[in-house]
Amino acid sequence: MGTFIIRRVLVAISVALTISVVSFMLLHLSGDLATSIAGPEATAEQVERIRVDYGLDRPIVSQYLDWLGGALTFDFGRSYYYQSTVVELIADRMPITLTLGGLALALAVSISIPLGVLAALKRDTWIDRLALLFAVVGQAMPSFWFGLTLIVVFAVTLQWLPAAGSDGWQHFVLPAIALGYYATPAMMRLTRTGMLEVLESDYIRTARAKGLRAGSVIFKHALRNAVIPVVALAAVELGFMLGGSVVIESVFSLNGLGQLAWDAISRNDYPVVQAVVLIIALFYIVLTLLADVANAALDARIRTR
Amino acid sequence: MPLLDVNNLRVDLPVEAGMLHAVRGIDFHVERGEMLCLVGESGCGKSMTSLALMGLLPRKARLSADRLEFDGTDLATLSERRRSDLRGARMAMIFQEPMTALNPAYTLGNQLCEGLIRHRGVSRREARERAIYLLGRVGISAAKERLDQYPHQLSGGLRQRVMIAMALMCEPDLIIADEPTTALDVTIQAQILRLLRELQQEFGTAVIFITHDLGVVARIADRVAVMYAGEVIESAPTPALYAAPGHPYTRGLLSCIPTPGRTLPGSRLQAIPGVVPSLVGDVKGCAFRNRCPQAQPTCERTPPLMSLPGDHRARCHFADRPVPAPRQPETMS
Repeated sequence: MGTFIIRRVLVAISVALTISVVSFMLLHLSGDLATSIAGPEATAEQVERIRVDYGLDRPIVSQYLDWLGGALTFDFGRSYYYQSTVVELIADRMPITLTLGGLALALAVSISIPLGVLAALKRDTWIDRLALLFAVVGQAMPSFWFGLTLIVVFAVTLQWLPAAGSDGWQHFVLPAIALGYYATPAMMRLTRTGMLEVLESDYIRTARAKGLRAGSVIFKHALRNAVIPVVALAAVELGFMLGGSVVIESVFSLNGLGQLAWDAISRNDYPVVQAVVLIIALFYIVLTLLADVANAALDARIRTR
Repeated sequence: MPLLDVNNLRVDLPVEAGMLHAVRGIDFHVERGEMLCLVGESGCGKSMTSLALMGLLPRKARLSADRLEFDGTDLATLSERRRSDLRGARMAMIFQEPMTALNPAYTLGNQLCEGLIRHRGVSRREARERAIYLLGRVGISAAKERLDQYPHQLSGGLRQRVMIAMALMCEPDLIIADEPTTALDVTIQAQILRLLRELQQEFGTAVIFITHDLGVVARIADRVAVMYAGEVIESAPTPALYAAPGHPYTRGLLSCIPTPGRTLPGSRLQAIPGVVPSLVGDVKGCAFRNRCPQAQPTCERTPPLMSLPGDHRARCHFADRPVPAPRQPETMS
């Protein structure tokens, strides 16, 4: 298990470096940064001054190495727009995004796995059909529309929960439901398919032949094997929710990372854009790593591979 | 009273083409401590019979029986809960595929012990001690270390030994072994057979050994029941069956086995021509008549189960008459 983790960590580090190179280059290839920072009315002199001031006149490799050196010591420079460092901005927004993503994932997992198991056990009955309907609706409904519906029903009409802001836990309930429901269908269906496959397997017949109780057969012997692909999917879903919750964040006026990225892109605030891209990539990498480790813990065969 | 008494057991499976009568009214019994072999080719209903006995039939299958008694308990009417109290505790099963019969996610120790813990309520430590003892008995070295290994770390032969040890954990009265050696190499097959026979005699466990290989039967069985197309067409103590098979199908099977010294080198092995009739819908008359070298017009009628000397029965109109000259086997060189 130890060597397995070390190997995976080394892979993760090289992936992170690759992403940092690619994202840095893409940004610099997207056009002349000095021109876009200076704005459409700037004179050639002003553009040149910005180019020198921001260090954009130097070779791209040395710009990257400077940036990387800073990134390794958590120094991503200053925002072009806000009067603060990039690290401060991110530290400010990160808790909101993490809370939202964590709550949404917890919600999605606690609904999708029991529902998937139930649908598999009650295959082709009305319970199964109802679960399928729930999944199809979740996959078909745009998340901004579902978010707005939640606001109309629970915040405006019933007035149970606040519609916007991020001051207390109440503010996270509706966005977590909106974001979590979006992640639920795929996980539920994967759980259902996995359970149906595993329940047909020989080792389940062996478990039943031992006279084990139904709960033990289903949860100990079947679910543990069926849930392995779901763990990997959950990691990707969480990465998506952390990096791509822009829509939900703006519907509920939550100032999270997604909102920050969106604002930074529209304001040509490149240091912020670059840092957010790297951090979201790191989220994905760490989550994939965790999913790999979790799967290895679940399935002995993966460890020795 | 026999340990297991089966009378007119039927298993029906709904399939697309209609109703598949997988087991069509079979009778047999198993005495305590004896080894009964159920022999037949693929699709003759022998695996369905074993699953019916264990209560592990596919959900859609329908079971009926005039009598299905295990040690005086009627299995057919038992609730699933009471049934699961018997499974693994008093009747255990060994499956054909050792490679997939163990759960890849748990250690051998975990899987060996859980049945004993469930049925006898012993502590994990006691269960591990019994598991170590039994792994030793089935010929696995370093048993203690093996308990913490996972199934993928073992070869097929070793896994089948583990399955045997697992079946013995609760000291069952009956073990059903469904082709336990079919998936193994020939050398390993012989070891596993010898082991099963030894353990069966040592522990006094009754065994129903299911196989398609009459060569295996001769070495281990006390009694044999030959199945064909969902019926038991002949049953007898092993020596009687080999000395004087009463059913043409049994004779056909026996002539398929090459015998060292008697089967000439280069000669073609015997085969029974034709195929098993479809079991969807009713089978009229003798199910074997379209493949039988001695078939007569009489065979259009369903044959009775004829009693022969000794505890020997055969389902053939001509079981008690002298054998007519066999149809000349097709020989090719």
